[in-house]
Amino acid sequence: MSDIAFKEKMEKLEHILEEHKNKQGALMPILHETQELFGYLPEEAQKRISEVTLVPTAEIYGVATFYSRFTLKPRGKYTIGVCLGTACYVKDAQSIMDRLKDELKIKPGDSTDDGKFTLEATRCLGCCGLAPVIMINEDVYGKLAADDIPGILKKYE
Amino acid sequence: MEMYRSHVMICRGTGCTSANSEQIAKNFEEEIKKHGLEKEVVVERTGCFGLCALGPIVIIYPEASFYSLVKPEDVEEIVKEHLVKGRVVKRLLYAESVEEDRIKSINEVDFYKKQVRVALRNCGIINPENIDEYIAFDGYKALAKVLTEMTPVQVIDTVKKSGLRGRGGAGFPTGMKWEFASKSHNEQKYVLCNADEGDPGAFMDRSVLEGDPHSVIEAMTIAGYAIGANQGYIYVRAEYPIAVKRLAIAISQAREYGLLGKGIMGTNFNFDLEVRLGAGAFVCGEETALIASIEGQRGMPRPRPPFPAVKGLFGKPTILNNVETYANICPIFLNGPEWFASMGTEKSKGTKVFALGGKINNTGLVEIPMGTTMREVIYEIGGGCPNGKKYKAAQTGGPSGGCIPASHLDVAIDYENLIALGSMMGSGGLIVMDEDNCMVDIARYFLDFTVDESCGKCTPCREGTKRMLEILERITEGKGEESDIEKLETLAKNIKNSALCGLGQTAPNPILSTLKYFRDEYEAHIRDKKCPAGVCQALLSYTVIDEKCKGCGICAKQCPVSCISGQPKTVYKINSDKCIKCGVCMTKCPFKAIEKK
Ligand SMILES: Cc1cc2nc3c(=O)[nH]c(=O)nc-3n(C[C@H](O)[C@H](O)[C@H](O)COP(=O)(O)O)c2cc1C
Ligand code: FES
Repeated sequence: MSDIAFKEKMEKLEHILEEHKNKQGALMPILHETQELFGYLPEEAQKRISEVTLVPTAEIYGVATFYSRFTLKPRGKYTIGVCLGTACYVKDAQSIMDRLKDELKIKPGDSTDDGKFTLEATRCLGCCGLAPVIMINEDVYGKLAADDIPGILKKYE
Repeated sequence: MEMYRSHVMICRGTGCTSANSEQIAKNFEEEIKKHGLEKEVVVERTGCFGLCALGPIVIIYPEASFYSLVKPEDVEEIVKEHLVKGRVVKRLLYAESVEEDRIKSINEVDFYKKQVRVALRNCGIINPENIDEYIAFDGYKALAKVLTEMTPVQVIDTVKKSGLRGRGGAGFPTGMKWEFASKSHNEQKYVLCNADEGDPGAFMDRSVLEGDPHSVIEAMTIAGYAIGANQGYIYVRAEYPIAVKRLAIAISQAREYGLLGKGIMGTNFNFDLEVRLGAGAFVCGEETALIASIEGQRGMPRPRPPFPAVKGLFGKPTILNNVETYANICPIFLNGPEWFASMGTEKSKGTKVFALGGKINNTGLVEIPMGTTMREVIYEIGGGCPNGKKYKAAQTGGPSGGCIPASHLDVAIDYENLIALGSMMGSGGLIVMDEDNCMVDIARYFLDFTVDESCGKCTPCREGTKRMLEILERITEGKGEESDIEKLETLAKNIKNSALCGLGQTAPNPILSTLKYFRDEYEAHIRDKKCPAGVCQALLSYTVIDEKCKGCGICAKQCPVSCISGQPKTVYKINSDKCIKCGVCMTKCPFKAIEKK
């Protein structure tokens, strides 16, 4: 992210804070929207949130690291969530995950060097009828076989 | 509302949406326009019809023709034939609904025949983004009745009389919970909805929120009136973007109609709702953790008492109910508590929604009266295991539950019966496993889940589940020892008795229940170093079936560690000491001459 883009986002953060600051239990909604804005929770943003909400940074860090959806590292442009929920697991979701690891040459939790993909293992995505399932950003792909993976990745080139 | 001669209902639940149902809807609209039918035929985007296995699904009323596995390019034909000429396109109908000389209506096919839809009553029937349709199907009528004709005490009595119990897992009587909160004196109280749906294999709550969000909003408002609360929160998993969006639309429409906010329906009752998102922590489904999360803290449970009904969100009296529990409320007021109590068994009234998944033909959502047997659900409604495989077990209750083997399939489903079998009702995930699933591996899978999701506050759960997982990993890797089963049993007992919250207290259940019914599989892993189902990689060996091998040599060429030897036109051999069990040879052999055992 260029410095200018980052600065602009920090300004947008002010709007988020303005909107939520008087709400009870505002921290979670603020973190959600901040993450959506930056793609992750940068330290500078956490500090600013602390200044406005008067929640200590240590506590913000504690909350941010407790929940698996919040991340302190920048993510790829596309996040690939591989469902390892029960329905998908019994239908061999592991083979889908293995294939993605091979194709992208990264481990779950990591991003590709070009900043394009982040690979994640997720819990049930709620479309078990289509098991095994993956989700790329908000698109769901179901009834997969490992051999479908290269074709799907191509769409995001 | 406008009147139309035909309604084309297109499922926009998550399942069908991912199979491109929006394109199908657009094509319908285009074709209908092309034929100048837009004043006669309307296209509606609805919630889930339940039979996700055959999506995308399109139902055309008034005939109730059930089209399954529809593709965008089929639309032209359906419009031309069905909507213009009135001829149903048989080729595209759900195969089971077509008989030689007639077409069965949806309610006659096996999948729907035994279902009774209470919580799912509007799913797939109305457009969830249009409050007028909900109102046309008796929406907000229960609220009107409650606000104008009943006192809070009468409301609570009605819920108590219906016998409704919580659908989130524990089965606590809903009316009693409301009564406790109503008796806590405080200016400020809260009504919460648990839509965190953490069980990895369950999607009932998602479907209700996506298909009928107003039914939850209306019920929460009734609950607010009953206990004296004017603010509610719906805590939804962030993994459910469609549900979140539809809830937001529904809440703003309800406000616009004066059904949320100040002076609802001209009375002096005020109530409003806000949606809060979870952030991927299973333990936040537990009530005290969920409350901590809404407050903006780490989602860690705390000991009870005090119960939330006394001291809950922001320290105020609070009730928390599951999505499906709320979805049952309005029909109870419209049809009477006696009607609700007439369904089900002695102690479990009404219906239960299950999400059928795993090795079963008709994956999807089903709602059945309590007391239906497991066999009916799995065979008659679910259509049994695919590919002629043998049923091994059904898992209910997710990581807190257990499995039901073939010998107990005739159990009548209710809270007590499932617990007696060592499983539990849970929130409604029902995953079927067949002969190819290893039960030790499944137990390992669930423990892996709990270890990952344990919040770390209490020692039995943080350390104990980790130790159990290590033992299970050892067993599945072929390093199990004779004493391992005993160790597992001791640990399980101690963790059950000493963990702080339901997560830890129930974590040993998947182990105990697989040990109870599939002890022989554990023993085979430990004593014989074999995995009977052929799942645990470390215990398998690949061998060439002599009679089938044609000596083509493909396996030897493909093997990454060159452990297969032989001459062309002779039988090849695998050196199992060098084999890394990658399975490439087996997938590449054109003659299926390699097996793993
Ligand atoms: C670890 C854990 C996870 C839970 N997850 C859920 C959940 O995802 N959804 C739910 O409704 N209840 C869940 N519960 C049960 C809730 O604590 C609570 O009992 C329930 O939401 C109450 O609503 P009900 O009475 O309508 O069932 C969970 C409990 C535990 C211990
Ligand atoms: S288990 Fe994968 S979508 Fe439910």
